[in-house]
Amino acid sequence: MSVTEIFNNMSYGNAPEGTAKADEWLAANKDGFSHYINGEWVQPAGGKRFKSTNPATGKQLAKLAQGNAADVDQAVKAAAKALPKWQKLGGHARARYLYALARLLQKHSRVFAVLESLDNGKPIRESRDIDIPLAVRHFYHHAGWAQLMESEFAGWQSVGVVGQVIPWNFPLLMLAWKIAPALAAGNTVVLKPAEYTSLTALKFAELCTEAGLPAGVVNIVTGDGETGAEIVKHEDIQKIAFTGSTDVGRLIKRETAGTGKKLTLELGGKSPFIVFDDADLDSTVEGLVDAIWFNQGQVCCAGSRLLVQESIADQMIAKIKARMAKLTVGDPLDKNTDVGAIVDPSQRKRIDALVKQGVEEGAELWQAEGCPDSGCFYPPTLLTDVEQCNTVASVEIFGPVLSVITFRTQQEAVSLANNSNYGLAASVWSENVNRALHVAPQLKAGVVWVNSTNQFDAACGFGGYKESGQGREGGKEGMYEYLKPVRDSKAKKEIDVVMPAAKASKAASGIPAIDQTAKMYIGGKQARPDSGNSITVVGADGTELGLVGEGTRKDIRNAVEAANGAAGWSKATAHNRAQILFYIAENLSYRAGEFATRLQASTGCSASNAKREVEASIERLFYYGAWADKYDGAVHQPPVRSVAIAMNEPLGVMGIGCPDSLPLLSMISMLAPAIAMGNRVVLAPSQAYPLIATDFYQILETSDVPAGVVNIVTGNRDELVKVMADHLQVEGLWYHGSESGSEMVELASVGNLKRTWVNQGIARDWFSNDEGQGKLFLQNATQVKNVWVPYGDAI
Amino acid sequence: MSAPLLNPGVPFDGSWLDGLSQNQSAIERRTATLKTRRSVKKAHQAAWLLKAVSCIDLTTLHGDDTPGRVRRLCAKARNPIRKDLIEALGAESLNVTTGAVCVYHSMVETAVKALEGSNIPVAAVSTGFPACMAPIETRLAEIKASVAAGATEIDIVITRQFVLNERWQDLYDEVKAYREACGDAHMKAIISTGQLATHNNVAKASMVCMMAGSDFIKTSTGMESVNATLEVSLVMVRMIRKYYELTGFMVGFKPAGGISKAKDAIAYLVLIKEELGHDWLNPEMYRFGASSLLGDIERQLEHYVTGSYSAANRHPIA
Repeated sequence: MSVTEIFNNMSYGNAPEGTAKADEWLAANKDGFSHYINGEWVQPAGGKRFKSTNPATGKQLAKLAQGNAADVDQAVKAAAKALPKWQKLGGHARARYLYALARLLQKHSRVFAVLESLDNGKPIRESRDIDIPLAVRHFYHHAGWAQLMESEFAGWQSVGVVGQVIPWNFPLLMLAWKIAPALAAGNTVVLKPAEYTSLTALKFAELCTEAGLPAGVVNIVTGDGETGAEIVKHEDIQKIAFTGSTDVGRLIKRETAGTGKKLTLELGGKSPFIVFDDADLDSTVEGLVDAIWFNQGQVCCAGSRLLVQESIADQMIAKIKARMAKLTVGDPLDKNTDVGAIVDPSQRKRIDALVKQGVEEGAELWQAEGCPDSGCFYPPTLLTDVEQCNTVASVEIFGPVLSVITFRTQQEAVSLANNSNYGLAASVWSENVNRALHVAPQLKAGVVWVNSTNQFDAACGFGGYKESGQGREGGKEGMYEYLKPVRDSKAKKEIDVVMPAAKASKAASGIPAIDQTAKMYIGGKQARPDSGNSITVVGADGTELGLVGEGTRKDIRNAVEAANGAAGWSKATAHNRAQILFYIAENLSYRAGEFATRLQASTGCSASNAKREVEASIERLFYYGAWADKYDGAVHQPPVRSVAIAMNEPLGVMGIGCPDSLPLLSMISMLAPAIAMGNRVVLAPSQAYPLIATDFYQILETSDVPAGVVNIVTGNRDELVKVMADHLQVEGLWYHGSESGSEMVELASVGNLKRTWVNQGIARDWFSNDEGQGKLFLQNATQVKNVWVPYGDAI
Repeated sequence: MSAPLLNPGVPFDGSWLDGLSQNQSAIERRTATLKTRRSVKKAHQAAWLLKAVSCIDLTTLHGDDTPGRVRRLCAKARNPIRKDLIEALGAESLNVTTGAVCVYHSMVETAVKALEGSNIPVAAVSTGFPACMAPIETRLAEIKASVAAGATEIDIVITRQFVLNERWQDLYDEVKAYREACGDAHMKAIISTGQLATHNNVAKASMVCMMAGSDFIKTSTGMESVNATLEVSLVMVRMIRKYYELTGFMVGFKPAGGISKAKDAIAYLVLIKEELGHDWLNPEMYRFGASSLLGDIERQLEHYVTGSYSAANRHPIA
């Protein structure tokens, strides 16, 4: 085109990014890449390789090694061997390695960006300006955490060998999110990149060598889902970190149940993008571009559900269509490309099928023109007239497809936003700070962006509520995912007590004593068991102490219903919750003697031990009363003009299964932190000593605990806990009991991926202030929500 | 000869100022990524830079301006790019001149004479430029005098206190009075964004000036401590779009002050193309108020033609 022609049509022309360095590297490896194990390139044990292609052209980029069990085992062995030295190096030395990796990544940033776009199909602008800089930032930030390890994480140690399985949508960035915190905390790593996009991970392996990272600290095994499965089930791996689909996340949770492996899952989403009538609509449309047409919509936290106030919906939709018409779809390596290629034809097919289904179910389709005919592309797509029952309103499409839903009021917006199995992220657009900051805490999502979207930073935790995952990446909360407490006591088994047979009761004589009936405690009321059956409770010496109700699934159902209805507790002020915990302690102290007597009769412990247990229980209530209004969140300072408010929020409805050991103290040690943080609890007390719990509800009744905040169901503990684990309304479940019970809890919890905290059959020293209480309990009773609030209104 | 007026204006309607909220952080993100989302290289870059030249209001606004100085400026406006470069670009047929020459009233006559036969309009800054603190009668008289002297474009300034104190009707009346005084001359309303405190004020002031019949809205006098920025420009062009949606009248845009690099000029043209579209990418609808921008563009064009980086002394100064 001549200068005069361009002068008249003012077209952009092509601006292709050069690929020479990337091509050179690929050519040098044209015979096929290998695994990176123990600092060396290792041929695949099974001798198999598979093709990796450029989705924009369909051309082969490389041949990758298919990892099998033997490869994974070799990598795990290398990681295990490297572990002790790496741990002993200390924070400063590890900081220096991480710093070196950050520097190297920065120095080679362009070739990484080009490789990423070649391999994944994402626009070069995004890999150059977003993916790679964020990855670099992650290594710098975590070099800092490594340096601060000894001071900021005193009492914690690394988990060990970590298996990491990452997705194809942000290949290098997800590698950084996984490897940086793991290494900072002193773990060694076996990482498997996604089979579509392994190239930058292999290039990164070269940097590990260049940085002089000790052999075996980072191992990279390539392959498909089967390779990932080998990592997940490997016995010598102590933690699994996974980012990917909710379905696979569920499989992993099932696979790791009962193994004691620590687990973080970063899963799917259907994140709401909420627009109120007072938003800056033009800016909101740009926000949508970043929400759903960023990375072709292949983003777990993509704002794929537009919830727009009905009064402005038409205006908004017109603006969106006008903006969509300006998006350039095409060559990922062209600097003018807004939307690149879909990673693989199979994904494109899935997107197309879901869009067709949405249209069949009543949605109106609008697509921008100008999508290339060849290569794996999908046009930016708008679906209007989407009702809440349409598939495209709830199912994650993972493509450039926006579903539009309208709402009338703020309250309705929140209800629609939370009407999802997912809870990864949300955006709220309003120029009214009161409204935005009122809505943010009500959204069940791990990240809320006010007047912005898809903002990420290494200092701010990222992760989901509900079925969007568990655990956080980034920030201090992300570091804890790669640490475990240093425990002093030797790991003893938690033993479920088997009570002696009841002695034959004496024949009654004279006027009977007034019958004392221990009931269950549900919704603030004493309740008879639905089964109409009772269980005899005997003391340590076999004397019959009384009867308790035999709880069944219906009682759990009622208790969960009551707990769910007590949502006000989660919104109560922390001061109020503290007051009530102190009040419980006060009332327990009035009746300390009575509880000590009951403990003695039930467990057969000495009078002094019984007294000690009651005293310790009172102190523990004080401890969590103290924490109730002090376990504050944080205000992060990401490198933009914004604050990110990290709020500790309760899980919601929590189930608790209590052990037999120290039945009063252990119950209070679990119950108190849970309610202190604002959870509502359904509690299955010690099966052997249930009268301790039923006595305790009288204390609750006199302590102003609102109805439904604590519910106690007696009976077969593990059976009751199983019902809680299966229950989809229960959001968290703590279990302290047997090893098999722990496995049962983890297995049964996959339904709604509830947060579980189990003891794996290991006893805890409840008297110890290090083990029996502490921040670990508070962390497990809460989840962190990061609310990003950009600010500024001055020229 | 002036081009026909594009915007007859509309009666004042305060409700048009509702819901014009501007989110500063989001605006900044948009302008930051505009620069990285679009890349204009090689022949395209050369063509875009020629377009930028054609949109420049080549300006001198100094107390020591003399007829000699203004004649030199006008000569440069006629021949903004060295002939050999234009030939090398194959762009002779475009007859690229600057969009206008912009001077104070007392230099209008000189400029009109110097530009005779060129079709390059003379723009006069007016209405007590830059502070707008003269009596209204004086300001209106100044417009009429410049139009009488041959200026076909009048760059007016507004009373900033009307914006800061939200006296929108007063602002409308003032601009409307200017508009009438302009007669057939095109009126560019300078809102002095750097003194309006917020993007919300920029949005509202833009809207009022368009309602009152401005043919162009312009960011700055060049005399404020903060002049044109991509952020205020984004707000203003979005208001132009909104006004167009409401009325069907196209209003032009002129960022002024602080745009001195070829690269910046391209960023502005990208902004216009992305937010308003191709119809605004011409001197009838878009101008740069700039004095030193041309020099940088000349050097970039020579680099494109020769492959060597250029020097200022190789191009005739304005």
